[in-house]
Amino acid sequence: MEAIHDTSLARPAPATAPRRPHRRLSRRRWLKDSSAQSLFGLAAAGVCLLVVLITITLVARSWPILQAYSVSELLAGKSWQPLRGLFGFAPFIAGSAAVTAVAMVLAVTPAVFSGIYLAEYTSARTRSALKPLIDLLVGIPSVVYGLWGILFIVPLIRDYIGPWSDRTVGQIIPFFARTNPSGYGLLAAGFVLAVMVFPLIVAVTEEVLRSVPREMRETLLSLGATRWEATKCIVRRSGMAGILAAIVLGFSRAFGETLAVMMLVGNTAQVPGSLFDAAYPLPALIANNYGEIMSVPLYESALMGAALVLLLVVLAFNVLARLTINRVAGRR
Amino acid sequence: MKLNVRRRLEERFFLGLMRVFVATAAILLGLILLVIVWRGIGALSWEMVSQAPQGGFYLGKGGGILNAIAGSLLLATGATALAALIAVPVVLYIHVYAGQGRLTNLLRLALDVMWGIPSIVYGAFGFALMILLGLRASLLAGIITLALVVLPILARTFDEIVSMAPGQLREATLSLGTTRFEFLGVLLRQTVPGLLTALLLAFGRGIGDAASVLFTAGYTDSMPTSLLRPVASLPLAVFFQLSTPFPEVQARAYASALVLTAMILVISLLAHLSISRLGRHVIR
Repeated sequence: MEAIHDTSLARPAPATAPRRPHRRLSRRRWLKDSSAQSLFGLAAAGVCLLVVLITITLVARSWPILQAYSVSELLAGKSWQPLRGLFGFAPFIAGSAAVTAVAMVLAVTPAVFSGIYLAEYTSARTRSALKPLIDLLVGIPSVVYGLWGILFIVPLIRDYIGPWSDRTVGQIIPFFARTNPSGYGLLAAGFVLAVMVFPLIVAVTEEVLRSVPREMRETLLSLGATRWEATKCIVRRSGMAGILAAIVLGFSRAFGETLAVMMLVGNTAQVPGSLFDAAYPLPALIANNYGEIMSVPLYESALMGAALVLLLVVLAFNVLARLTINRVAGRR
Repeated sequence: MKLNVRRRLEERFFLGLMRVFVATAAILLGLILLVIVWRGIGALSWEMVSQAPQGGFYLGKGGGILNAIAGSLLLATGATALAALIAVPVVLYIHVYAGQGRLTNLLRLALDVMWGIPSIVYGAFGFALMILLGLRASLLAGIITLALVVLPILARTFDEIVSMAPGQLREATLSLGTTRFEFLGVLLRQTVPGLLTALLLAFGRGIGDAASVLFTAGYTDSMPTSLLRPVASLPLAVFFQLSTPFPEVQARAYASALVLTAMILVISLLAHLSISRLGRHVIR
């Protein structure tokens, strides 16, 4: 009753009077909305451009060395003597590749199987108990991994694994011969790196398998397949690309890891020939030499070039893997 | 019958294998924490966490790592705040304005790819920027570089959380005649616990990251005083103390690593709690 009475009172008032505040309010609201849209859109565009900006900056900073030497000279050059103007990246690229390869050999099988376990075999309860395990492994800082490697893995390799490998397999295959008694080297860095990339591969594998429709699983199980047979079929039919992408992501993470690797790998510029050899990966090269950048001509440019190589490798792998994952996971 | 036995064996074998792998990971995590605590606790003292290094600290004389603790907290706080300033609008833009489309896919791809870029590359990029702008290694440069490292982590985590908000919320709010900007407020209130989790996650990553601040924040033995002066950080404190030849100083590195690990553990615990405790008022 009250409301009706109110409106009837308002009606005889001049037509413009009640409308003006309303309209002013709506314009202000519209202005707020559209300015927020353009402002936020600007931030979004900025984020998209950031990757491009980083690439351009690194190219620009490494331009002098790209001018002075050809790309093949730089990538295939074997000696690194900045004082004499020799900038060969080959030992460092080989070092990066070797450490990463060792890490992947150690990490891929356990990580993929653990991911499958989390996606296909566990109840929600078990999974929520295991999730902190993965989160904590991701959260531990690189330097703590490095310290753990020094305190635990290096002595283990020095005193047990190294001598044992040298006595047995190393006698036949030189790759397993203990060339370096210190314990620091490819195996130490690769092992710690494997623990570091493990959670990433597990998480992506799980995510990818989880996006496979439930009906597929149920159909397979109802046809009398065991869990493992159903899993095999799912992995083979629709999970393979995603799991490969997970491995590629793990690879690129390992490729760029700096501090832990630097603390364990021995930092000797050589193409490693044995599992126990020291190596010198690209990130360690950048991190170890930043202090001397200013004094030697082209040095800074060379280190920026090293960062550029890292960036390009990681970008290529990441874009490839992410596009694959989006395609696989988007199919749900 | 024979086939059945083989199939059952296969099932058992692979299930066992997976359990062994998961258990190995759990054991390794336990081992990491155990070794860090066991070696670190011996050198840990009140002096370590309450004082800045004094003269001859790296020769085994008195002092502590308060400078690095304070520096790391400042770096991570600044970086997280700066990253949130960009990440929150971007995520809200995705969910409120852009919707599902090519732009959203591109944004998510860019953030995912940024997540994959190693922090040493951000460090090199930050260093190049510093040279261009004529800046020296400083807290400010460290914050900017570290913000780039945590930006994708913050944005993608928050993005996942906002994605979980019920879709009817948008329709219900907009049908009341609100603008999209006003809906944004509703959405933000709905996702605040998740935002806190994302912030904590980014903060934890910021504290632990070393390669990006190595060139950009520098290192100093004094307490942080200005945005434009170099600043110490905990991971680098561990690293530098470890590279001295003196056992006493190395023992301090173990203690510093224990402090760092404890901080990370507390932060991830808080992140865990913030989801379960603060989520009470969220409509599900």
